[in-house]
Amino acid sequence: MKQSVKKLLTGAVLGLSLATAGIAQAADPLKIGFVYVGPVGDHGWSYQHDQGRLALEKHFGDKVETTFVESVPEGADAERVIRNLAKSGNKLIFTTSFGYMNPTLKVAKTFKKVKFEHATGYKTAKNAGNYLSKTFEGRYVAGFVAAKMTKSNKIGYIASFPIPEVIRDINTVQLALQKYNPKAELKIIWVNSWFDPGKEADAANVMIDQGVDVILQHTDSPAAMQAAERRGVYAVGQASDMSSFGPKAHLMSVVDDWAALYIRKTQEVMDGTWKPENYWGGMAEEDIKIPAFTNMPAAVATEAQQLVDDITSGKFFPFTGPIKNQAGEIKVKAGERMPLNELVGINWYVEGVQATAPE
Amino acid sequence: MFLKLEPRGEASRAMSYLSPLLAGLLTLLSGGIFFVFLGHDPIDALRIFLVAPVEDLYGFAELCVKAAPIMLCAIGLAVAFKAQVWNIGAEGQLLIGGLAASAVALQLLEVESFWALPLVLLSGMLGGGLWGLLAAWLRNRFNANEILTTIMFNYIALYLLLYFVHGSFKDPDGYGFPASAIFADSSLLPILIEDTRMHIGILFALLAVVIIWVMLSRSFIGFQIKVLGLDSNAAKLAGFKHKRLVAVVMIISGALAGLAGAGEGAGPLEQLVPSISPGYGYAAIIVAFLGRLHPVGIFFASLLMALIYLGGELAQIELNLPLAVTSLFQGMLLFYLLACDVFINFKVKFNRPQISATLENS
Repeated sequence: MKQSVKKLLTGAVLGLSLATAGIAQAADPLKIGFVYVGPVGDHGWSYQHDQGRLALEKHFGDKVETTFVESVPEGADAERVIRNLAKSGNKLIFTTSFGYMNPTLKVAKTFKKVKFEHATGYKTAKNAGNYLSKTFEGRYVAGFVAAKMTKSNKIGYIASFPIPEVIRDINTVQLALQKYNPKAELKIIWVNSWFDPGKEADAANVMIDQGVDVILQHTDSPAAMQAAERRGVYAVGQASDMSSFGPKAHLMSVVDDWAALYIRKTQEVMDGTWKPENYWGGMAEEDIKIPAFTNMPAAVATEAQQLVDDITSGKFFPFTGPIKNQAGEIKVKAGERMPLNELVGINWYVEGVQATAPE
Repeated sequence: MFLKLEPRGEASRAMSYLSPLLAGLLTLLSGGIFFVFLGHDPIDALRIFLVAPVEDLYGFAELCVKAAPIMLCAIGLAVAFKAQVWNIGAEGQLLIGGLAASAVALQLLEVESFWALPLVLLSGMLGGGLWGLLAAWLRNRFNANEILTTIMFNYIALYLLLYFVHGSFKDPDGYGFPASAIFADSSLLPILIEDTRMHIGILFALLAVVIIWVMLSRSFIGFQIKVLGLDSNAAKLAGFKHKRLVAVVMIISGALAGLAGAGEGAGPLEQLVPSISPGYGYAAIIVAFLGRLHPVGIFFASLLMALIYLGGELAQIELNLPLAVTSLFQGMLLFYLLACDVFINFKVKFNRPQISATLENS
């Protein structure tokens, strides 16, 4: 008797909680989590992801609720942070740095109903996709602008780590220099960090001392732009629009705009149409933007804009042959476009780059 | 001055137990006020910071995962600090340990032997220990200040690690990204609690705490270390081999940090990555002093340090607090803990009002 009453009660409670859960689900916003590698105030990589998050909130209003964790180290801590985000009810989680790849996939294995999106990696799972932006498209335009604007024919490149993304972008700049100013020389300094304003400024100053008069950066802080402004040379911003940090130095910025992608992915999760994909978006997808060309003659700006339009329409592709490697061997035949799946893992430099490729 | 600190002459035993409690109370109080100003329920916020991270088994396991490397580094540092050898290089010793362990683990990718793991861990200890010995040698041979050398060795260690992880240790199937292949199962630390990441590294840390405790309090070498730290002239007079002791403490210190590094690679990471340590070697310096260089103190201090890291993450997730706020709270806790230790050696004296009145007049 007692047993059956208990059963009945349990059943009733269970039913009730199920019913309320149903109601709650209908009214509850979709919770979306973000993991950032830097502080949101870095004015570069993490800042841009956070701008994407804010655009997402603005677009969906009450229908979404977002949470972020910033400055998460890419070591053992990442897995716990991602897991805690999944545990606290986030249904879509963006992990925005390469080092989060394996932790993301590990958590994805446990939380099968949660969708994961990992930036800049290459692994996928049933509930985990990855995404990347074609920064090289913007960087090619930067190479063009640098080729046109340099007087000393020395272009500086502040590089973070010799990973495919950075190697690819160094290559694309070199290709642009070869085409538009074969005399220009590309000087590379590795700072072994994505965000270290001190080191980035040091690197900029060292290069300016060596006669560099256009600085490109593949790191996230505006320190190099500020150094260029102080020393009266030109610079190209990375990740976010850095024009305000160098009113006289700023030529252009290669901006990562994640808003469109984040809004689309969220909509897909809401509609139940989300699928894992290896997504690589560029100018055509509005993921890479160059908001303005400043401090340059109108003719250069017009030509640069034409380049942007041609890349956007697909008329021009930066990695079009003939492309030779440092040993002078033809890697891409004349007129051919280098396939994306080869570009993803590129580990060799094009002819003319003064750096040793990692083994 | 209305309040005055007066030396006690002898450390107060009562205060040495009371001061952490006082610090805890002060943190809760000012933390509470702080959260009220930020518009959060103070009780709830404090709960998320200090209790929620360990509310379930997974949380407890994560606490152990986080505390193990800190504890290993800190207990090793305590040995060196006791001897007045200022090893600031636990971070570098950890990195070299991780690097050496990975070098071995990557040779054993196809090996399923029981001996794979001990080999991996031992090479980590060896790497860290030798890296520590290098600083000891520079001090003994050239009288080079170990504070400076160990700090600089941290950078060298980091760049060595980056060199290899971007170079020959890189996973050939990794599309050129800087990470090694995943280690073989036989090279990984066994998991203690299923479905968590709690590995036997925490047992190594506990074992190290006990061994160092016994060593410092019961062994002749421990006695020598303490004498050296208290008065190096007395140690010389007693005929203790000063240089040998410096080398020994640096090896112990380095080997334990190296074990921590090996434990990260063979533990939660399962591979070598550029960022195996978010600064455990530096956090361990705080922990060693927070634990007053005593093994029991270090045990609790490591757990506390791990807890506030976890709490900081959770506060970002649950309360949407920015990192700056969580770091501020963590800093507050550490500040109070260290500040309250003043009361162990000093007592507060309230000056009579008339004196302060005359002071004000003058």
